[in-house]
Amino acid sequence: MSGVAELEKALSDCLFAARLFAHTPHSFGGICLRGFGPVRDALVEKLLAVLEAYGPVHKIPINVDAGRLLGGIDLPATLQAGHSVRRPGILETATTGVVVLPMAERVEESVAAHLAQAIDRGELAVILLDDSIEKDEAPPSVLMERIALHCDLTGARSLDAVAHYDFRVGEAHGKTRSLIKRQRGSIAATAAALGVHSVRPLLFAERYAQAHARFSNRERVEDDDLQAAIEMVLAPRAEHLPQFDDPDRADETEPPEQESDGSGEHGNLDDIPPEDMLLAAAAAAIPQHILDQIDGKFRRTGKGSAGRSGRKQYSAKRGRPMGSRPGIPGGGKRLALMDSLRAAAPWQSIRRNASRDGNARRIHIRKSDLRVRHFEQRQESLTIFAVDASGSSALSRLAEAKGAVELMLAEAYVKRSQVALIAFRQSGAEILLPPTRSLTRARRALGALPGGGGTPLAAGLIAAQQLAEASMKRGQTPTIALLTDGKGNVMLDGMANRSLAMEEAKQVARGLAAMALNMIIIDISPRPRAEAAELAETLQGKYLPLPRAHSAALAEAIESVNAGQKR
Amino acid sequence: MSGFPFSAIVGQDEMKTALLIAAVDARIGGVMIFGDRGTGKSTAARALAATLPPIRVVDGCRFHCEPENREQCPDVCTSKRVRKIAVPFVDLPLGSTEDRVVGTLDLEKALAQGEKHFEPGLLARAHRGFLYIDEINLLEDHVVDLLLDVAASGENLVERDGLSIRHPARFVLVGSGNPEEGELRPQLLDRFGLSVEVKTPEDIDDRVEIMRRCDAQERDATKFAAKWKGEDTKILRKIDRAKKALPKIKMPAKTLRDTAALCKAVGADGLRGELTLMRGSRALAALQGDFSVTRDHLKAMAPLSLRHRLRRDVLDETGSTVRIERALEELFG
Repeated sequence: MSGVAELEKALSDCLFAARLFAHTPHSFGGICLRGFGPVRDALVEKLLAVLEAYGPVHKIPINVDAGRLLGGIDLPATLQAGHSVRRPGILETATTGVVVLPMAERVEESVAAHLAQAIDRGELAVILLDDSIEKDEAPPSVLMERIALHCDLTGARSLDAVAHYDFRVGEAHGKTRSLIKRQRGSIAATAAALGVHSVRPLLFAERYAQAHARFSNRERVEDDDLQAAIEMVLAPRAEHLPQFDDPDRADETEPPEQESDGSGEHGNLDDIPPEDMLLAAAAAAIPQHILDQIDGKFRRTGKGSAGRSGRKQYSAKRGRPMGSRPGIPGGGKRLALMDSLRAAAPWQSIRRNASRDGNARRIHIRKSDLRVRHFEQRQESLTIFAVDASGSSALSRLAEAKGAVELMLAEAYVKRSQVALIAFRQSGAEILLPPTRSLTRARRALGALPGGGGTPLAAGLIAAQQLAEASMKRGQTPTIALLTDGKGNVMLDGMANRSLAMEEAKQVARGLAAMALNMIIIDISPRPRAEAAELAETLQGKYLPLPRAHSAALAEAIESVNAGQKR
Repeated sequence: MSGFPFSAIVGQDEMKTALLIAAVDARIGGVMIFGDRGTGKSTAARALAATLPPIRVVDGCRFHCEPENREQCPDVCTSKRVRKIAVPFVDLPLGSTEDRVVGTLDLEKALAQGEKHFEPGLLARAHRGFLYIDEINLLEDHVVDLLLDVAASGENLVERDGLSIRHPARFVLVGSGNPEEGELRPQLLDRFGLSVEVKTPEDIDDRVEIMRRCDAQERDATKFAAKWKGEDTKILRKIDRAKKALPKIKMPAKTLRDTAALCKAVGADGLRGELTLMRGSRALAALQGDFSVTRDHLKAMAPLSLRHRLRRDVLDETGSTVRIERALEELFG
């Protein structure tokens, strides 16, 4: 992949960023360190050593709940003491205002939201340890948006570089001047070229450039500082490779007062417009996984939350109230006070007599009286459309499949269920639309669905299975709607071989059948064929030969299968 | 961190107008802001709350009671002393539980003394101020239902945990969300009075100006606030004048007819569209110092009041705003 030199540069940039962060954590909101391994552990250790000089840095466990975060009544202690004992929340006790969040990619939305609010108030800076491996894993976007520094340490090996790095040297140069207009223009233009739309990164880049200058013992921000800011703050957020729609732009943003500002610029940069230089740097620093996503026409926008917005189905946590059950509050379970008191009521006179302190306490509650609330949550459903977009299913039927997805989505809009879209063609399968409820996104993804090529049936089935498994983990009920003619001719490794490809597809199908999902196989060949019916049998799904799938009919068919399963 | 002055926000005129209108006439119902992250949504709402003059409340009252109007307070609320507090601004976090929002039985009192006592929630805290909900489309459905219901009725009715309490909760509801990440149900959208679509400023000069102002604010917040004080005061005076003028603004029959015709032409469901458009236009006229509502006010307010009430056609790519503009063009030329 990347060369050693590149990795080293990336690591030294991250180290510098971590050092800047250690000195003024709150002005950056936080730092995200992606890529687990000894190098990151060493870096975190050094970073914490600097931060802990000012006070303890709290670690937030992954299973933290809002009550523990914000503070609340310590129930067991309260019962014991007979008067209320308050347990302060982590955010209150974190006096230095810096917290570490391990496994940040798994943190719950509600926890992330509270942290984000504290960052917005300027009271908190977070160190996110992002252990994600997959492309579509990432810490919640509410947090990523609010922290300036996104460091990728994946593949970094040079432990020595970390061990010898001194976080303390180069105490800050007193004060740095503000950026001049031309420099702000450069940042803004680069952000625009990279498709960074939010305003926060601009502000972060400015702060980073200033801090960079300060630590390089400069009073003024120079192009080096700007470039570092762009590489560290803007490049990781890039939506696409740099592009300028009109070449005049670069000239426009270079205001004439460059000289009049009297700043001592490097002479050798005069002949290059600043944007061009900065852009080249940014393009080189865009991490590979972003490029992958761009190649796959897969935008990162909102992925974090859109992918997860299917809520967890802990029945003890949320939903419509359904009464209570015995249990100890904590870990998300909430005390049902009235029911607990009611459970304790019959015992009061006995307990009062039994207790030594007589009437000192007005009510006697034991642990066994405690009741926790219980909620019922509607199971959210997800319909995964796996569409055969090969040449053999002519494009007209692809259009019908598209129409069906849109119709289902319109249904989902009211019913709060989700839709996902997988297309398989040529050499593999592609998730065109991760589970979503958004009409806007769906339309865009569908519009971009191309057709043609071979039929990698097995790959399509695997992609559907993975999506289904992921959604079940989120507590959703997936339904797979497979639109194909059942004639696979491309193997998993991309080789074209009809009989072997079919064999593979059957194997995968048996695995999928074992999951016992709701499944519907819609035969989209011009005339119903044995292949699709056989596939349906292997999958133990419902077979629907629809020689001419009319999208309304399709949506209705899926609806009826769903309804049948629900019963 | 001291707040960012409302008048120092670059661009985003539609959002600013909508917030001002909501500040002038609370009956408008909330403002829903659609847009990406980092477009200054919460900054604007927070800034407006901070700009408004402090409100007078009964000292020690947990419900921010007005000294002249304390009959509805569920507490004893007899203090003669009056205190001034900043206009409340409550930022409702995602994942808030119903307990925290509506309020609940006071655990402390119940456990230690066995007393039934109400502990007010975020709705009580937001009374007479602003309730801001970021990413409202990701909030639990039943919490959203509840919020909108309270926002519409101005009263929080608690019937749970053996409690039976009602307290006033009048606030300007500001919701924000990105339609790319899941949408609100149409029934819920309809409950919002106005809706605004914000985009990140694409103009490089605007973005540079934002950076300049934020840097100035970070360097010396007090100086920056002082610099914009004059502008903020002007806005304040405008709101004040508009509030006073509001009951006197005339609503000619012709304008009412126009309102109805417009709503019919775009196919806005229900009557709420007409009512909001009427109230919004009146508030706009008041803000602009006019005495009577004209077609121009109507045209300016139509996108804000109707955009989120149009029936969605899944297969129609045309955005709601365009449909409204087209209808305006056809009807009024």
